[in-house]
Amino acid sequence: MSADVRMQAEYAIVSLAGEIDLHSSPEARKLILTCLQDNRPTLVDLGDVAYIDSSGVASLVEGFQLARQRQLDFGLVRVSAAVLNVLKLARLDKVFPLYPSVEERIKNAG
Amino acid sequence: MNETWKLLQLPAQADSLQRLRALVREQALALGFAAGCADDLALAVNEACMNVIQHGYRGAEGMIELSVGAIDGGMEIRVRDKATPVSMDDWRPRALDELRPGGLGVHFIREIMDEVAYLPLPEQSGNLLSMKKYLNNQGVGK
Repeated sequence: MSADVRMQAEYAIVSLAGEIDLHSSPEARKLILTCLQDNRPTLVDLGDVAYIDSSGVASLVEGFQLARQRQLDFGLVRVSAAVLNVLKLARLDKVFPLYPSVEERIKNAG
Repeated sequence: MNETWKLLQLPAQADSLQRLRALVREQALALGFAAGCADDLALAVNEACMNVIQHGYRGAEGMIELSVGAIDGGMEIRVRDKATPVSMDDWRPRALDELRPGGLGVHFIREIMDEVAYLPLPEQSGNLLSMKKYLNNQGVGK
């Protein structure tokens, strides 16, 4: 997995790519939670994620919950087909806010 | 089992999962499963091996032996470990309407696989999990 965080407007954008599994999900989790702990609304870009397992999904759920607690905007953008398949299997595809792009979300936010 | 079964033995640790998944995906495709189903099978096996790493060996050193082969009309995957023996009664999927991290792996395995069972072994010698998937039922859910 490769990961990158950038700022766009007031948002932190966490871009993840490759395979998110038990080996790499701790890093993804840490990046997502750190952005939220800094009180940044956060979008996780999953467009280049080829694989995600339950530990990766759990990291996204933790982010979603922390954002809700802190009343920060949180969502998933450019969700790849592989990730969407797993979110559907987990019945979480209707739980997470999903957006086609970062720009789309920022333009329509607030 | 015969010589057409593929075996892979790796340390029970997170960085072994990628190779275990790759073997399952490759064999599923070779046996005629569609790409999407091969990905699902790799996910189910990933989750089973993750259970062994996290809840079986609980961070202690150990090995996972994966064997993958053809059965009549489908594919069987076996996961052998030498961790604390468990039974299907220990598998507790979380309620899906309960939003919390964790507990999803067992749900994934049950959704994806057609048959899941622990095969008998001599007492205190670990676990042998058998998972089967049939070519005429490549979707998920029952």
